[in-house]
Amino acid sequence: MDFNTILQLFDSAVRLSTPLLLACLAGLYSERSGIFDIGLEGKMLAGAFAAGAMSAYAGMPVTEGGLGMTWGMAWMGALAAVAVSIVLALIHGFASITLRGNQLISGVAINFFAAGSTVLIGQYWFQSGGQTPPLRGAQRFEAITLPFAKTLEGVPILGPTYHDLISGHNALVYMALLAVPLTWWLLFRTRFGLRLRAVGESPEAVDTAGISVVRQRYVAVLIAGVLCGLAGAYLSLGTSAAGFVKDMSAGKGFIALAALIFAKWQPKSALFACLLFGFLEAIGNRYQSIDLGAFVVPVQFMQALPYILTVVILAGFIGKAIPPAAGGEPYVKER
Amino acid sequence: MNKGLPKWADIILIPLLSLTLAFLVSGLIVMFIGENPIEAVKVMLVGEFGDSGAFGRFGIGYTLYYTTSFIFTGLAVAVAFHARMFNIGGEGQAGMGGVGVATVLLSVAWPHWTIAIVAASLGAMAFGAAWAAIPAYLQAKRGSHIVITTIMFNWIGSALIVYLLVGPMQAPGMVPETVGFSAGSSIPTLHEIFPAFDKHAPANVSLFLALFAAVGVWVLIWKTRLGYEIRAFGHSEKAAIYAGIKPVKIIMVAMLVSGALAGMMAVNTVQGEAERLILDTVQGAGFVGIAVALMGRSHPVGVVLAAFLFGVLYQGGSELQYIGIPREMVVVIQALVIMFVGSLENMVRIPVERAFVLFNKGAA
Repeated sequence: MDFNTILQLFDSAVRLSTPLLLACLAGLYSERSGIFDIGLEGKMLAGAFAAGAMSAYAGMPVTEGGLGMTWGMAWMGALAAVAVSIVLALIHGFASITLRGNQLISGVAINFFAAGSTVLIGQYWFQSGGQTPPLRGAQRFEAITLPFAKTLEGVPILGPTYHDLISGHNALVYMALLAVPLTWWLLFRTRFGLRLRAVGESPEAVDTAGISVVRQRYVAVLIAGVLCGLAGAYLSLGTSAAGFVKDMSAGKGFIALAALIFAKWQPKSALFACLLFGFLEAIGNRYQSIDLGAFVVPVQFMQALPYILTVVILAGFIGKAIPPAAGGEPYVKER
Repeated sequence: MNKGLPKWADIILIPLLSLTLAFLVSGLIVMFIGENPIEAVKVMLVGEFGDSGAFGRFGIGYTLYYTTSFIFTGLAVAVAFHARMFNIGGEGQAGMGGVGVATVLLSVAWPHWTIAIVAASLGAMAFGAAWAAIPAYLQAKRGSHIVITTIMFNWIGSALIVYLLVGPMQAPGMVPETVGFSAGSSIPTLHEIFPAFDKHAPANVSLFLALFAAVGVWVLIWKTRLGYEIRAFGHSEKAAIYAGIKPVKIIMVAMLVSGALAGMMAVNTVQGEAERLILDTVQGAGFVGIAVALMGRSHPVGVVLAAFLFGVLYQGGSELQYIGIPREMVVVIQALVIMFVGSLENMVRIPVERAFVLFNKGAA
């Protein structure tokens, strides 16, 4: 394996881990506040559809009934994705915070709702089997070339690394990476973060201090909605798919959930977990099977590895993953 | 919880009101995509061409075929619910049940279907239960959250099945499937027993196995000491432990039974319909089981009725494509049912409880 191949692998690992990272951080906010979220997948899928549909509509000429925009369509799409994802997040919040219903069942329902309604509405609007029209140019998030990338390309090792690996991704990739330190700062260095973590560990204590548990949890669920929406927008506007395709989230929401547990609900570890899972996917995409001499590792094993690793972590044999203490428990105020 | 709420209101009124809400919202969605909901219901029930709706002569054979699968997966979720375990892994367990069925049926040339179905059932149950065993053990011994581990096992299972079907178990050729089962293992369809059913409909004798399983679950949960322990554990883990009930045993038993029931679905789909192992035999039935168990209040009678309702929805829903509604409408209806009957239940329950309190005050 030469240097270029390794660089390409890492490059696609970054691309593949971006939606995982955004969804994983979404889950982190939600679960840190005590609300389980297995609806990451659904919110992401709905976001992907909304982004694809909105971007297509925004870029369509006025004569054909569109908005006829020539720039910024991708951002319109991202906004739509965030809006739709927030609506689903609010349904989840209403069910699990206000009505104190079962958070897991709510998540399952949201996943199904997204899987069905995106195809249903997509077929109604675009008549092509649930797909949105192919997107071009500013309808998608285009690669950003960082300063000096071209100039430095000639420098051995560092040049190509900077040019191919660090530069040349789209805005959402950099946003996802920036979201990691931001999340850490927000959760561990601000009053807001302290309260958010506290409602996930001991809501009674927060309530006693005169802070609204309901409000804190709604805010956390809303942030999760925003991040899932961006993850979705990345899928339909930031990858080579160039539009929405039926079921395009393909289990990424669950890998993100796995990464969250693997990372033990820590932002920095979440970044490494998502990069690792993205890297595994990149290897799986590039090699059908890996010949280790003594035996051959089938590609399906690589695909299952994130889930296997998560089960191992959950089993507590390699470090223990301890979820937020009040996770999944509706809070009933004492009367 | 149920202050002032009679039992019938809890097990019949509230689910029916929630279901009505789910159907109303589904109707609104049908209107949103520019179709007529009344027309849609008609097509679902009687079919666009007369006999393929959910109750048509042709369609009913499919309705009952889906019902069979949903009874198994619904019972699976229900048994686990009684021990307060949320088994979301029916999808993986049913998939592995298919591997069990295929392994058994491909190993011997079975002389007659009556023997083959017993052997295949044992294989399905063993593989289904085995796939539930690791998450169950991790929950019981290490406290790993069963929901997360069963989700992970769904994905691990689907990767494993793909591996088997493009590798060790693949028939010669490029198609990811096993060779067909021998003729002796082919189980009779309902048409062969009751000629009134259409010849091509896939419903088969495993429907009776499903009904038998429902009776079995009823006996297990309400008529045996073990069932009593499962329910006691589900009500209050602390009280159960105080009463000498062993949590590890209850979690393991409940989950193994649950996995075995989910695996049994493969007798219907793999042995009864496909007659070889193909990719994606479960098709979401594991998840439908969640909706079915919620609707049916985890009682076998309720589960059978709810499974039939979803059978009607599935067959009827596939008819909708003939009037321009994609069959994903079924998935949306399913989502809304899970939502309104499951997570949003308190939206109905709280007003109903208040109404009963008012009513009781008025009467007194």
